[in-house]
Amino acid sequence: MSGDLALFYLFAALAVGASLLVIGQRHPIYSVLLLIASFGALAGLYVLLDAPFAAAIQIVVYAGAIMVLFLFVVMLLNVPREEPVDREQTPELHRARWFGAALAGVLLVELGWVLARAAAAGTGTPARVGDVSSVRLIGRVLFREYAFAFELTSVLIVVAMIGAVLLARRADGSAGE
Amino acid sequence: MVTLNHYLVLAAILFAIGTGGVFLRRNVITILLAIEIMMNAVNLTFVAYGRHLGAVDGQIIMFFVMTVAAAEAAVGLAIAIAMFRHRDTLDPDAFRTLRW
Repeated sequence: MSGDLALFYLFAALAVGASLLVIGQRHPIYSVLLLIASFGALAGLYVLLDAPFAAAIQIVVYAGAIMVLFLFVVMLLNVPREEPVDREQTPELHRARWFGAALAGVLLVELGWVLARAAAAGTGTPARVGDVSSVRLIGRVLFREYAFAFELTSVLIVVAMIGAVLLARRADGSAGE
Repeated sequence: MVTLNHYLVLAAILFAIGTGGVFLRRNVITILLAIEIMMNAVNLTFVAYGRHLGAVDGQIIMFFVMTVAAAEAAVGLAIAIAMFRHRDTLDPDAFRTLRW
């Protein structure tokens, strides 16, 4: 069991560190590559959660397909580095900054309170009620109880495809060079 | 022992990182990446709760979230390409009016 805990902390540290670095980069291509590392760590967490199917599609679909799409667009646009922010310090901006800091502080206190309460209650037993790792079971539930939602996702994909083609088309109606 | 709380706290941290990224970064593509971080945090919550409750529904909803993320990435990146063509920048502050 302590091995599980060590693995959890390893993957959690990887995910949080990579995500923080994604946010910290000025160049989007480093962000995309670091996000793939973060997704890999999350796939490890899914394995720890007895969800090998989720881990597999996390790697194949997320880190594979979606991130390649991002990488392709970053390469296509050849986006320059993000310029450092350079804006005048108006009083409104100053006030907004203090308001935002106060709001974030309140949320942080709330989060700390909830965490302290949850730790005191000692909740969160990892009770293993049923077997959730079976792909056969996932397929059965997906294509029976969630069959309608599954069919609807195909409509969603078609809409997204048509939308992407229409949006990326040039204004003069040609499909681009 | 890894409890449900561990996963929920990790998901909360990841979601907060994603939210911070949306506010801090000045590049549409990085903002989309931050949204992906937030979606992954939510996915982790679903899978952790599914394991906790002994049901596969969490993983199935994660599957649907992933589909939505793919659709969102396709449309969002198409919008980013259109924006870049019009203004030669991806700084969201360059797009203050909802017309070209």
